[in-house]
Formats: sequence, C-alpha cells, structure tokens
Amino acid sequence: MSSPSSSARKRGRSSNPPTPGSEDVLSPSPRAREPSTGELQPMPTSPGTDLQSPAVQDTSLFSSPMPRRSVPQSEVDMSSPLIYDTPSRGTPARQRPDLGSVRKAPQVDLNSDTPSGEAAVASEQAAGQRLVIWGTDVNVGTCKEKFQRFLQRFIDPESREDENASLDLNEPLYLQKLDEISVVGDPVLNVNCSHIQAFDADLYRQLISYPQEVIPTFDMSVNELFFDRFPDSVLEHQIQVRPYNALKTRNMRSLNPEDIDQLITISGMVIRTSQLIPEMQEAFFRCQVCAFSTRVEVDRGRIAEPAVCRHCNTTHSLALVHNRSVFSDKQMIKLQESPEDMPAGQTPHTTVVYAHNDLVDKVQPGDRVNITGIYRAAPMRVNPRQSQVKSVYKTHIDAIHFRKTDERRLHGLDEENEQKLFTEERVATLKELAAKPDVYERLSSALAPSIYEHEDIKKGILLQLFGGTRKDFSQTGRGNFRAEVNILLCGDPGTSKSQLLQYVFNLVPRGQYTSGKGSSAVGLTAYVMKDPETRQLVLQTGALVLSDNGICCIDEFDKMSDSTRSVLHEVMEQQTLSIAKAGIICQLNARTSILAAANPVESQWNPKKTTIENIQLPHTLLSRFDLIFLMLDPQDEAYDRRLAHHLVALYYQSEEQIVEEYLDMAVLKDYIAYARTYINPRLSEEASQALIEAYVDMRKIGSGRGMVSAYPRQLESLIRLAEAHAKVRFSDKVETIDVEEAKRLHREALKQSATDPRTGFVDISILTTGMSATARKRKEEVAQALKKLIQSKGKTPAMKYQQLFDDLRGQSEAAITKDMFDEALRALADEDYLTVTGKTVRLL
Amino acid sequence: MPSVQDWINSPLGAVDALFAQNSSRSDWERKIVEYFKEKLKVNDAQSWVPSLNDVPLHYLKPNSLVKFRCMIQDMFDPEFFMGVYETVDPSTNSKVLRCGKYKDVTDCGQIDFNSKNAVTSERQTFYCVPIPGESQWYSFAGSSQARVVPSTSYTPNRHKRSYEEDDDMDTQPQQDKENTDSKRLETEAPSHNASPSHCSSNLDLNFPLPGERGPACLVKVYEEWDGFKLNDMLEVFGILSVDPALSLIAEDKEASSMLDPTESMETMEEQRAHSPPASLVPRIHMLYAQPLQHNNPLLPSAVSEDKAAFLNGILGELASVRAELQTYLTHVFLGDSLAAEYLILNLISSVYARRDVLPLGKFALNISGCPHTSPYTEHLYQAIQQLVPSSYRLCMSLNNMNSQRMVPRKDYTANRLVSGTLQLASNTSLFLDETQLEQGQLDTTGVQNITALGNLISWQKVDYDFNYHQMEFPCNINVLIASEGRSLLPCDCQVHLCPALNPPNLEEYLKTIQLAQVSSQLNKYRIYLSVARSLDYSISDQMTKEVEEDFVEMRKDDPQSVSAEDLHRMLIVARLLSLSYGQTSLSRENWMKAKQMELVRISRTQQQKCVNGNEP
Repeated sequence: MSSPSSSARKRGRSSNPPTPGSEDVLSPSPRAREPSTGELQPMPTSPGTDLQSPAVQDTSLFSSPMPRRSVPQSEVDMSSPLIYDTPSRGTPARQRPDLGSVRKAPQVDLNSDTPSGEAAVASEQAAGQRLVIWGTDVNVGTCKEKFQRFLQRFIDPESREDENASLDLNEPLYLQKLDEISVVGDPVLNVNCSHIQAFDADLYRQLISYPQEVIPTFDMSVNELFFDRFPDSVLEHQIQVRPYNALKTRNMRSLNPEDIDQLITISGMVIRTSQLIPEMQEAFFRCQVCAFSTRVEVDRGRIAEPAVCRHCNTTHSLALVHNRSVFSDKQMIKLQESPEDMPAGQTPHTTVVYAHNDLVDKVQPGDRVNITGIYRAAPMRVNPRQSQVKSVYKTHIDAIHFRKTDERRLHGLDEENEQKLFTEERVATLKELAAKPDVYERLSSALAPSIYEHEDIKKGILLQLFGGTRKDFSQTGRGNFRAEVNILLCGDPGTSKSQLLQYVFNLVPRGQYTSGKGSSAVGLTAYVMKDPETRQLVLQTGALVLSDNGICCIDEFDKMSDSTRSVLHEVMEQQTLSIAKAGIICQLNARTSILAAANPVESQWNPKKTTIENIQLPHTLLSRFDLIFLMLDPQDEAYDRRLAHHLVALYYQSEEQIVEEYLDMAVLKDYIAYARTYINPRLSEEASQALIEAYVDMRKIGSGRGMVSAYPRQLESLIRLAEAHAKVRFSDKVETIDVEEAKRLHREALKQSATDPRTGFVDISILTTGMSATARKRKEEVAQALKKLIQSKGKTPAMKYQQLFDDLRGQSEAAITKDMFDEALRALADEDYLTVTGKTVRLL
Repeated sequence: MPSVQDWINSPLGAVDALFAQNSSRSDWERKIVEYFKEKLKVNDAQSWVPSLNDVPLHYLKPNSLVKFRCMIQDMFDPEFFMGVYETVDPSTNSKVLRCGKYKDVTDCGQIDFNSKNAVTSERQTFYCVPIPGESQWYSFAGSSQARVVPSTSYTPNRHKRSYEEDDDMDTQPQQDKENTDSKRLETEAPSHNASPSHCSSNLDLNFPLPGERGPACLVKVYEEWDGFKLNDMLEVFGILSVDPALSLIAEDKEASSMLDPTESMETMEEQRAHSPPASLVPRIHMLYAQPLQHNNPLLPSAVSEDKAAFLNGILGELASVRAELQTYLTHVFLGDSLAAEYLILNLISSVYARRDVLPLGKFALNISGCPHTSPYTEHLYQAIQQLVPSSYRLCMSLNNMNSQRMVPRKDYTANRLVSGTLQLASNTSLFLDETQLEQGQLDTTGVQNITALGNLISWQKVDYDFNYHQMEFPCNINVLIASEGRSLLPCDCQVHLCPALNPPNLEEYLKTIQLAQVSSQLNKYRIYLSVARSLDYSISDQMTKEVEEDFVEMRKDDPQSVSAEDLHRMLIVARLLSLSYGQTSLSRENWMKAKQMELVRISRTQQQKCVNGNEP
C-alpha cells in the first residue's frame, strides 16, 4: 500500500497494512478516526505536506483521540488501540481541546470524494499483534509500556529545576510527582521532554512527530499507573500529561511548514490576550413536545442537530438549551518574539496561540513565556459561499504547556539562569579566556574600545558589570546586602562620559538609559495610571525598577531635581523602592547598579575645589557610590599623541581590522552573563584577613591626622569589588589578588575624587560629610573669632551686618570671604547666640 | 516587441508555462525567478515595466508586471500558502497540478487538500510605502522613460470614464465577469459596513510623513526575506494583484464568523491593517527586488560596470560643479561662503561605519543666526529640496513638537507598526526649523520627541516603541538645524550665519536666485552630491603622522582650545572636504583647509557669544 487510495481504505480492512516506520512514513496519508456513527465526513484541515520532508505527516484528521463516553464502542473498535478504558474508578475523562479534538468546520469539498474519510484507525501487522496508528509508526501498546517504564524508572540526578526542590533526587522523579498529584489533587503531570529524550530517544521522536496520538497514549498510561498505585484517590478528572521543553526551545522565526502538526516549544512575549471564549463541547437538546433530552457532542466544530426525537418521534422538535450544554474555555493569545531573538533591523514576528481549559488566563500581556504546543495550519476561505480559496493558511499553536521564563525572579535567584543557555563550545571558549592570566586587562580593554584610555575607569565599570555576590542577612535583621556596584563619573564636558554610558547600556541585557534632565522621580520609580482599556489603576514601572538586575545609566546626574535624587537614596543602598500612591502601597525590587555621569557646575572642572563643590551633589548620595572617578583631560603630550593616533585610526580603519583588534562584543556579553549566572565567589580566609588589614590601614591614615578616613561603607565597597574581580577570573573564591586589585582601584578612585585641594591629602570625609576636615576646622575658627569680636564690642544688642563683616575682615589675618562670614553667623545662630534679621545682627 | 508585451502584460502566464514545463523538477521555482531576471537584464528592459510610482493604479492592468520604488515600512508575519496544489474538476474527475505562487487566490475548481503532490510554502509580507519625502523633481527627472511606453492596455474610452468616476471606484479590472462582480459588491459595501472607518479616505495608509500621497503596497516576498531590513529602499519588480476578492475578506467577516468562532480572532483593526482593500493597497508578488543604495534617478542604481564608467565620466568635472554649487549656495546664504561650504559637507555626509555605539561619518549641522521673522528658512529648505532626492522639513513649533508622532510605535490591536516622522530612509535630509519654536511648555510627548531627535542626531538611531520594550533601529539621516541662537539639540557643528549682503526684499531676492538655476544645472548638482557621498576614503600613514603632530602641537599652545572632540570634528570635516573635491584620500592641503575652516567657524561662534553675552 504505497499510497492509500480510497478503495483500499474501506472500513475494517487491514489486509494490507502499512509497515510501521518505513514506508508508512513516506505515505502522507491523512488519518482520521471516525466515530462509528460517522455520517460526517471529516475534512482534513491541515495543508498537504512537503514532499521533501517525509517526516511531516498530515495528521490533522485525527480528530479526537480521547475516550468519550458518548462514542459507542462498536465493531472494529474493540481492537482499536485508542478506545481505551482506563481503570479510573469513575474519574471522568476530560476532553483535551488542546490536542485538536475541536476542529473547525470543514472547509471545502463537502460533496467531493474524500477518501480519507474512512481511514482506519489501526492496522494489523502481518507479523503479529503489532498495531500502529494509521499514518504513524506509533504502536499504542509499546508506547504505553515505554512511557510507564519511563515514569517508573527515570531518575534525574542533576535536577536543577526549582519546582523539583522538595523531591528526592535519587528516587524516580515522576513517581514522586504522581505522589504529589495524589496529595494535591491537581491532575496535571508536566513532563520534561528532555527527560524522555534521555531515557528513550525513539519515544521522544514519536512524541515530537505525532503529539496528537502519543499524548493521549501517555495520558492513558499515566492514569493506569496512577490508579494502580492510588486506587482510592479522587481527582477532578483524569490526569493529563503536559510535555514541555520540546527540542531546544525554538525561535519563532525558525518555524516553517515542516513543523505543522508537530510538538514545538517556542519562546516569546505575550502581547495580547483575548476575552474568554466559551466553546461548546457538548450540546444539550430538549424536545419541545415531550421534554425528552439528549446530548450531542460537538464534532470538529459542528453540532449534528437530531432531527427526530427518539422518544416521541416528533420531527424537528428538539431545541438547544444553552445553559445545560457543556462549554470549555478557550482564549486567544498573541505571542511576540522576544527582543533578544530578533535579528537587527527587522520587526518582531507574532503568532497566535490558543489556550484551553485551565491554561486560560495563565499568562498576562507582558509575560515572557515558553510555550509548548502543537503547530496548526488551516486554509482560509475567501467567501463561505464561494469555492474560491485564499491560497493562504492561517496558523496557530494549540498550547499544551506554558512556562513563564521570568517566574524564577520570585525566588530571588539570578533570573538570567537558564534563560541564557550556553552551548558547550561557548562555555569552553569562555573558560579558556578566563584561564588567561591577563583576562582582566583584556576584558577591560575590550570595553568601549572607541573610548580612549581611562583604563581604571573601564576596569571599574567592568567590575560593576560583574557585580558582587548577593548575600542574604534577612534572618539577622539586616536584609539583603547590596551586591551591586555603583559608579559615578564626573569630569569635564566632552570627555566621552555619555559615550561610555551608551556603551554600557547597549552591552547589558537589562540596561536603562535616562538623562537627569529628562527624567522625573516618577519616571525613575513607578507611577500609577489608568489603563485606557480596562480603566483600572495600574502600576507602571520606571527606569530603576525596569533595570532590576541590570544597570541603570543616568546621564547628567547633576541636572536632576532634588526630589528625583532623593528617590535614589533608598535604591542605592536598600535596593528596593517603596511606593505609596493612589491606594497602592508596595515595595518593589530595584537591585540595580547605577552608573551615573555628572558635569561640574562651572562647566569646567575646578581643580581648586573638592568634588562636592564641583558637582554640587549632596554627600549623602555621593557616599553611596562605591567608586567615583574623575574624567579629566590629562594635558600631556604623550597622551595627546596616542589619542590622536587612536582617533585617526578610527576614521580610516576598515571594519575587519576593528574586529580583529578587539574582543567581540558578543563574547564579552556572554562572558559577563556566564559569570553573573554561575560564579558566586566567597571570601577565603586570607582574603578576609587582607580586607581587614586594608580597612584598618585606611582608618589609620586618617586617625594620624585627627580625622576618620574610612567608614564601614568603604569596607563593603571593597568586598564587593574583590568579589567582582574574582568573578572576572571565574573563581569561586576571593583571593588576595582580588583584594589587592579592589584596594588599588578604590584608592585610585579616592585619590581622584576625595583629595582635599587645600592640603593634598586624601580625605574621605569630603565624600561622607561633604566637607574636608581642614575646611571644617577653619569654619569653627572663624566662628570663634566672630564670637570674640562681638563679645569685645560689649553690650550692644544690635549691630550692622556690613560693619561687623568689615570689622572681622580687618581683625583676621586670613582672608575672609562673605560666604565664610555668613557661615560663621549661621553657626552662632545655631548656638542661640544671635539672630540675623535682614541687615542687622541681634544678640540674644 | 510582442514577447515583451507578453511577459510584462501577463507574467502569470509565463509562470504557469514555466511551471508546467518544470514541475517535475525540484528547481522550478528558481527557473521562474531566473527567467524574469534574465528578461529584466536585457538593455533597458527595466524601463519598459510600468512603475506604480508614476502611473495611477487604475491605469495598470491587474496581474501585469509592475515595478515599485519603495521603503519597507513594516514587516508582517510570514504566512503559509499552497505553493503547489491540485484541483479536481468535478465533472471529469481529472486532476490538475497548479502553481500557487505569485497569487493571492486559488484559481478554480475544487481543491484537493489531501493531494500528496501539494506543497506548502512560506512567504513574507512587507508593507511598503513610497520613499518618504521624495522630492518633486524626482518624477520629472527619472521616470520619463517609463512614461513613454504605453504601460497598459487602457483605451482612451476608459481613460475618460475614469476621470468622471470616483478614483477609488475605478480600480476594477476590465474583464467583464469580474467587473460586474465587483460592481455588485461595491454597491453593497456601504450598507454592509456603516462604520466610518470603512471609507477609503479614512483608511490610514501609515505614511511616515504627514501629507504624503502615493500608493502603499503589500509586497509578498518569496525568497530570502531575511536579507531585507526595515526602512530599506527597494525597487520591486513583481506581479500586481488587485483581486477584489481580497478586500472582501473584512466585510464578509461578520457572516463567516457566525459559522466559525475560531476565525473571528483577529480584531477589526487588525483586519483593516493587514488586508486593506486591494484598490487602495494593491498587492505585489515580488519576482525580483533591487536594493537601492540611493534614490537618485540621475544615477545608475545598480552596482555594475556602467556605474564605474559613469563615475569616471563624472569625476573629471566634479571640481567645477562643486565651485558652481558653492557659488549658488553662497547666494542662498546671503553671501556667506563658509556656511555654503559647511552645507555641502552636510549634504554629502553619510554614516559609513559604527564603532560600538559611535556612528562614524555623521555630520549634523546647525546654522544659527537665521533671521526669525522672514520666511528665510522656508526658502533655504526649498533650495535644499531642489538638490537632494528626499528631504523633510520639520517645523519645531510647540504645537508640532507636542502633537506629532515622531517615533514609530507598535500598535498591538492592529498588529502593525504605526509610523512616525522619524521613520526615514537612508540619506534623507532632515531639516529642523528651530526658528519656529515659541515659548511654552512641552508636554510628555514633546519631551519624548526632543529626546528622540537628540538620540537621532547623536547616535543615528531611533528607538521604536514596542510598548513592552524599545527596539533600536540604526538610521542614516543628514540633519540640518536652522535656528536663531545655538540650537537646543546637540549637533556636531554650529555655523553662525554672517550675511554679507542685506537685500531689501529678501523673498524676492531668494526667488530670483532659485529661478536663475536652470534644471540642467540643478541636475549636475544632484549628481554631484550623490556621487561625492558614495566615494571611498582613506588616510595614508604619512598623513596620520602629520595629523598627530598637528594635534600635539595645537594642544601644546593651549590645551583648553582643542579637545578630543575637536579632533573628531576636524577629522570628519577633512574627510568630507576631501570627498567633496572628489579626492579619495586625505591630502595635506585639505587637512590645512579643514583646520582653517574650523578656525574661522569657531571664531565666529565666539564672537557671537560675546555679542549675546548669555552663553555660559
């Protein structure tokens, strides 16, 4: 039977059965299982298959593999493998519209000769009892057996999935899941296809190629097993098997006609969900005359209305009673390619997905999901009254399983986990790179190659990209420790700060780029708005929340309004955002690193002033930055020469040369993603010692001059930097060299930003209190001098402001500016010694 | 030439014939494509094909070969269709194998869906619009040849009728059967669908620029669609399909949805966006497409031998044309020759590479000091419009900034990319008129628009809004900002206009200048600008050394005066200057000239600062 012709397919003849596996695959004959009442000629609704791909079968006609109570079990079907009665002890079976039992109305050719209508379900192999489903090489018995064996024996020793958390890894995985079902009562068994593949490759192949036949077989098999083991358990309906993770998760773009009617898994983002659509499964008719009622099952989208009442023999007396009919839920979901999967310069593709029954409303617009389902195609008609057919098919996916990709974030783990899967070669390349002694230098020079020099800044940003190890101290009451490194760049305009920011923003997957000028506090945090469609209040997240687990680049940090900046305080230390507006009170995670750039107030950096004075930012905010770098014009001839060379090269080198010279951006991306996901370094003994020493040293420097030069915050910064450096090396341990580099970088940054321009010493208090220790001392001196001056004047209750100022200036040997005078007055006012009203100073 | 008429007038006949000949072989698809490519290659065969850009749609014969010069505005989802199918004649029961390619609707007879010979294929649909901002002179210059040929078989009689009737009504093919068919439908249509959106005038054809006209097209691509990118300029050769059955789908939806709930999943908006009436948005089944490097009709478009020959011919007179153009622009700039120089540089600039995020070769120019009251900027724009193939003038009035949609946005209900002003093809000249700016407050849209413009200028990219995320699309747009003071947008280079003469009647003066240019002269300029832009460029090692020396020297005198940014600018000015003289490598003179120009320019800006005194 090379190609099934209509004559060879009359019911019950299995004289010339197809040989499973071999020739059968080559004969793309549509199969149909006809309920024996079969007046309806089932219409194939899938397109013909490509001859070049024999594996593709036109399987669409397999209308309803699930057992139905209403299907009379007659004649041949006793031997039919798919009319099965599981030992379910009365647990009702449930239809699986996801497997295609609900089909659209026949499209064409109602009167034409459609041989497929009478397709046999199974045929007997001459050799013996082997039965296969028509058009496939699936033998129900074997398949069932194999699957049961799989369930009973499969052990996944290296299970990493969070949902298996509570299970014993050395016991058969799925038996434990069945136990779970018996306890919880949720009759759904999710099966990872990769497990099946590992266990039995052939079974896996069948599952992928003929999901419509194999999954019911699995259902059957699992129910037998389950009710064997738990004969007394009561379930809502029979267990349904939901395979997921078919093949490698595929890109929407790679779907092609060969995938039709196969089991596929694709990833994407939900962009729209429809209203719930009730779809009739079983129609209820009642006779108007004698009130006799009957049920008719919907077959491929049609209801065969009984013409005659069986009870009173009146014709056309039966009326449909809607509220006693059985409906199932259905929902249309639009899925769009995730932005990462898209080739540059193209728009994302979308696919329609139908969700059925309890999968309805499982996903919301905006969710990133992996969907496992069966890919379908159906022809479209130009006009139902014409025979002309539009030569285009409509495609959709019947969803069998949803898996949200970002669900794991709830568990507080790195959500890049598994999302970014690396091929083994890639991992090998990355590891090889990591083993190189100069990997740190290599990576930092690969960062933004078009920006010249600024090696230390690049190194700092590199460490920021990797981040520290996340630590949880919530049990001891301190909550999460910040693992993210914050960096502030300040310096002259035109020193390519913005370019660095842009580069970083483009490099990291969850980057946000905002400008201080253009963003408000609301835009950074979250705002409540009315959804135009639902008219409900919804929380829209801003840049900081969106860059959770990423980097938020804020340009023109200094131009930000004060209220906006105040929001950052919480984010930069506690890594959360508290919102209380319009009846919504919540705390959002904002575990973001901040990379900010600020320009000096006077447009040029004034080397005679401190960092605070130059950029006019509150010190409370500054102290939250781990590293503050100055990007200044070095003004040195050798540097100029190198810079010029670099720039000129930029303008004539060809693309290929550029590629050769530097590490690929893609490699860098993967490297960072891999390190962030898999490497969690911990402090080694020596490293902690080194850190303690470093901290003590820092405190010592200051105490020698009567000031504090380091705070615990600096120690935390050091630890983070050291951890990040260990990550760069792919090392699980923080070693002394990491601490050394962290120290060096920290010192470099401090040297640049916390040097007191008056004394030339590094003074951390510039950053922590906004004023250097010497400046504070001077301020006190002036105040004392002023107080003395006033006291020497005797008992005058009020003085002229200007006169007092002149007197003080005349008396003091150091130059006293108006600012200093004002400050001294304010200090004395704070002591309740005097008050200043307008131009007069009154003693109290 | 009967054969030409044949493959142009009924290409489907040729397709079917080729299919019948080769259907047993697997490479029949390639055979068809090759056949048409071969035909189009013959000397000026391409100009024989009527162009949808010039010929109104209702003069074109359905199912004939047409060409369309367009930009890809949106890409729809790929669709599966019957590549090969078998029809059954009910009376004789005989089966015929047919080719479903290049058609929207299957031909006739019953289709055997179960035929084992059927092949399902995949194709991609692009929504294409005419290149936005294409200049008026285009149609006079380029397409004269195609007009000579009687492009379709329309008769004078028919011609007359179409003037009398509503344009939209008259898109039906001549075949009697179909004509009556469609007539009936037309009369039915309004009663069927009372919603105002059905009216053709209300159908948003999604042009990037407001006030654009022209046919939009759904182009069906059969092979290698991955090679096309959004905003690519193409010249598409394909089979025109305006089958009225296509536009029917939306209307019959209500009827059919009663029967079939699963088919009503698409929203009305989506229906309208994806299957608009074929009379408004015809379908083109692509046989062959030429990506356009530029859309200047005066230049040969394809990279070929004759292009090299063409270039050689041009290069000789580049210098003289440049001098003339410079004089002309100097007049336009009221005697300011420096501004004219810089404008030339701006007009030939083009992003030639990107280093990580940094686009190289862009040269956004700010002409400050434009007179505010007089319509000077308008005339300036007109002068530019006369020179470049595509351009757009964006008045940055408060109202415009607050209301215009600049960034394209994905509309998920209609499932299409709603275009915005900044969705422009490569090398479009964007003229930002900042003199129109008045005092007032920018709202959210306004701020977003300003940010988008800033991003466009600094990084040559536009972040399209996909609601849940943004997607970055690189672009290559020459930005010119006309403003009174310094522009509020970042730009590469600011030239302050110093008019040498002050004509009493500015408008009159500018008009006479423009009228003085004969069209042959203008054509020369147009060719010159396109050629200069496409030249290659290099810097020799020796020049690299000299530039380095120079830079170090300049920094020695006064480190504050020259920063890395200044060097960047000088290098780009030098590059563009060399190209504008038709020189492909940097010479000493040009480097010195670039430096000199920069010096004059900077001194002007500083003078201006002193005068105003309000700059930091």
